[in-house]
Parts: sequence; C-alpha cells; structure tokens
Amino acid sequence: MSRDSTGKVLTVAFVLCVICSILVSAAAVGLSERQERNKAEEKKRNILQAAGFYEADVPINAQFSKIETRIVDLQTGEFTSDFDAANFDSRSAARDPETSYRISPDLDLAGIKTRSRYKDIYLVMDGGELQQLILPVHGKGLWSTMYGFISLANDFTTVNGFAFYEHGETPGLGGEIDNPGWKKQWQGKKIYDEAGETRIKVLKGMVDKNAQNAVYQADGLAGATLTARGVGDLLKYWMGDNGYKPFIARLKTTGVKQ
Amino acid sequence: MSKPRDVLLDPLFNKNPIGLQILGICSALAVTSKLETVVVMALAVIFVISGSNVSVSLIRNQVPSSIRIIVEITIIATLVIIVDQFLKAYAFGISKQLSVFVGLIITNCIVLGRAEAFAMKNPPGLSFLDGVGNGLGYSIVLLIVAFFRELLGAGKLLGFTILPSTNEGGWYLPNGLMLLPPSAFFIIGLLIWALRSWKTDQIEEEN
Repeated sequence: MSRDSTGKVLTVAFVLCVICSILVSAAAVGLSERQERNKAEEKKRNILQAAGFYEADVPINAQFSKIETRIVDLQTGEFTSDFDAANFDSRSAARDPETSYRISPDLDLAGIKTRSRYKDIYLVMDGGELQQLILPVHGKGLWSTMYGFISLANDFTTVNGFAFYEHGETPGLGGEIDNPGWKKQWQGKKIYDEAGETRIKVLKGMVDKNAQNAVYQADGLAGATLTARGVGDLLKYWMGDNGYKPFIARLKTTGVKQ
Repeated sequence: MSKPRDVLLDPLFNKNPIGLQILGICSALAVTSKLETVVVMALAVIFVISGSNVSVSLIRNQVPSSIRIIVEITIIATLVIIVDQFLKAYAFGISKQLSVFVGLIITNCIVLGRAEAFAMKNPPGLSFLDGVGNGLGYSIVLLIVAFFRELLGAGKLLGFTILPSTNEGGWYLPNGLMLLPPSAFFIIGLLIWALRSWKTDQIEEEN
C-alpha cells in the first residue's frame, strides 16, 4: 500500500485515534477519584472562605468541624433527614426526576430551568448558637453556570461573604467576579429590607456610597455587564420566594433544631 | 546530520523559540505573573514537546503527508489532556491558576512547529533532544519574565517576600503594570534586544 493511498490514510487515522482515545480515557478514568477528592476539598475550602475563617495551613476537614451540614426542603423550608448530608450532591439531585423541581420560566431569574428540591446548607455554630448561615447559589452568567456560596450573618439579611467557586466566565472581564476587591464589597450588604422584600441588586457601574439604597447595591463589573447581571439575578432568585426565603422565614421562628 | 549536543543546546540561546522565532508568545504573556505557575507550565511544555517529537518521529515514515498536520495535532492534544488530568489530580491549586492555558499548550506554535520542522525528518533520539532543548529554551524565557514580573509586581519570588510592599507595612510600592499581561511584552522585548546584542548574527537584515 503506498504511503499516500486512501487506504493508508484511513488506517493511520483509525489506529491513531484508537491509541489516543485509549490513553486519554485511561488518564481520565484512572485519575478521576483523586480529582473528585480535590473538588470536594475545594468545595469545603470555599465554604470556609465564604464564612471568613479559612486558614491555609490547617487541614480542611479539621477546620470544617465548626460547620454543620443540613439538608433543607425548599418547598416547606424545613430541615429534612431523608438524605445523608455528607454525601448529598444537589447537582445530581437536580437531574434526578425524584428530587428535581422544574422552575416555571417566569420565575426562573437564575436561568437554570431545574433545581433540586432539596439543598445542602451550612450552619456555622459557636457554643450552640448559630453564627452564620451559608447557602449555595448558582445561575447563568454570560457563558457558564456560576456556582458560589453566600454567607449571611445571624440576622439572615447581612452578607458576610460571597464568592464563586466554579464558573467559566471570560478571564479578565467576567472572571473578575473572583477579584478579591470585588468580593470584599459584599461584606455588610443587606439582602432584605425591613419589610422583608428581596432588595439586593448589582448595578451597572459603581454604587453611589451616599445613596439611600447603597446598602442593597453592589458594584457592577466593567466590561462584564452580562456576568454582573447574572450575579444579581441569581441572588434575586435564590434569596426570593422560590429559593431560600421560606427556609429563612422558618429559621427565624423555630431556630436550627431539626 | 546535526550533532546531538547542538540539537539540545542550540534552542537555549542560539535558536531560542521565543527569542529568535518569536513563537509561543501568548502563553508567555498569560502565565508569567508568578514563578510558581511558570515552573509547572514549563515542565508541562517540556513533557509535551519531547513526547510529541518522539511520537511523531517514530511514525514519520508511516504518516501520509496529506493528514500529517492532523496526526501531529492529535498526538499533541492527547499529551496535553494527559498532562491536564495529572495536574487536576496532583496539583489542583496550580491547575486552577493555569486554567485554560494548560489546554492551550495544544495551540502553542512551538510544539507543532518542532513536530513539523524537526521530528518529521529526524530519528526519535534526536527529536527527543530537540524537544527537551526547545522546551528548555521556552522555559528559560518564561522564568526570566516571571522573575521580573513577580519581583517588581508583587515584591515576591515563589511566594516569599523579597521587597516588603507598602500595603504590608514595607517600603516597596509594587508596580501594578507588572502584574498585567502587557508587561511581559516589554520584558520579552528587552530580552530579545539583549540576546541580539550578545549574538549579533540573530539580527535580521533590514529591507
């Protein structure tokens, strides 16, 4: 068979593809367990960072002992013990027809179409008292779904920390949601007003510090209007009636007991 | 036939892929704000270039010329994915910082350039040396750029404070430009100037 014949072209291409795909899948499958473990640690690290007491040189699992994981039924706002909190994965729960909830399009501010009916939430406890409430949130940015944690003080309306741990926004533009300066501005912002309305908003441009509503407003991102809008919308969704609001209302009256 | 020694050492200064051929600039801008990421990136690139050079060289007499570029790219892509998977498993923090740039090694012109220009015509041993040499040549430039960017931009080297910066109570006011990609252009430009003043045969003739 000559070197440039069609047969040779097809044989070389076929053999090469088979060899390369075996190598790639071997690497992906063989290393997946370690990668999953890294991701799980990363998630815990992000929860700790949202809570504001992450320390780089202390083992993550030791630091995480201050934090209690609970599963919440978003419909009723009650804690549920139907799931093993340590292994609960709300992303796969969102795909499972048993536990998934279809968000009607007019309510779907976050652009996620379905979500899990149950969410894993994290309580920072100190001496039996609730200090912080950490809630996972996610929603569409410009290119990607952005996953993050928001931490609320024990008045359930003041933000303690807010950060995304996974997104695929443009580095340098939308990717600036990872910028420490931008993340820091969330500290002290309020989600709800006195009347309990969800007021938090991400502006296009900078917040006027003297404005009456400044405490409900966050700076936008230059060159990343759509990413910033996504951040604002997903907060509005998750902090609203279809998100954590019923749970927060219940938490206020009955406390953290099961 | 070139001597193995020259094949390995020429790409360091005499035929540096970045300095003389001006290839691989995009990653040289993107990942050089810190030395730590550069070290990992450099190792990844050395592994990919030498691996792809050897593999391409081994099958160079079998590959039909009509699909040779696709074959080369497939081999390179495979190696890059394997590197990426290993980083995600064993150097998770750094792989997050390098993000897309590990994947973009696939499009690093140096890798395809060496496969096409050298490995297609030379035996595997020499091709391996050529790959390591070019990888090292690329790494040297990246390390020099990152050295200046991290030192002047953050006052640190490999994360250790060298020049205590003003916002940590020291005296050094960090040069923010150094942390932004364009600063790498200035440093690479100065490097090429220095290199060509030293090795005058690299100066291109003016038209």
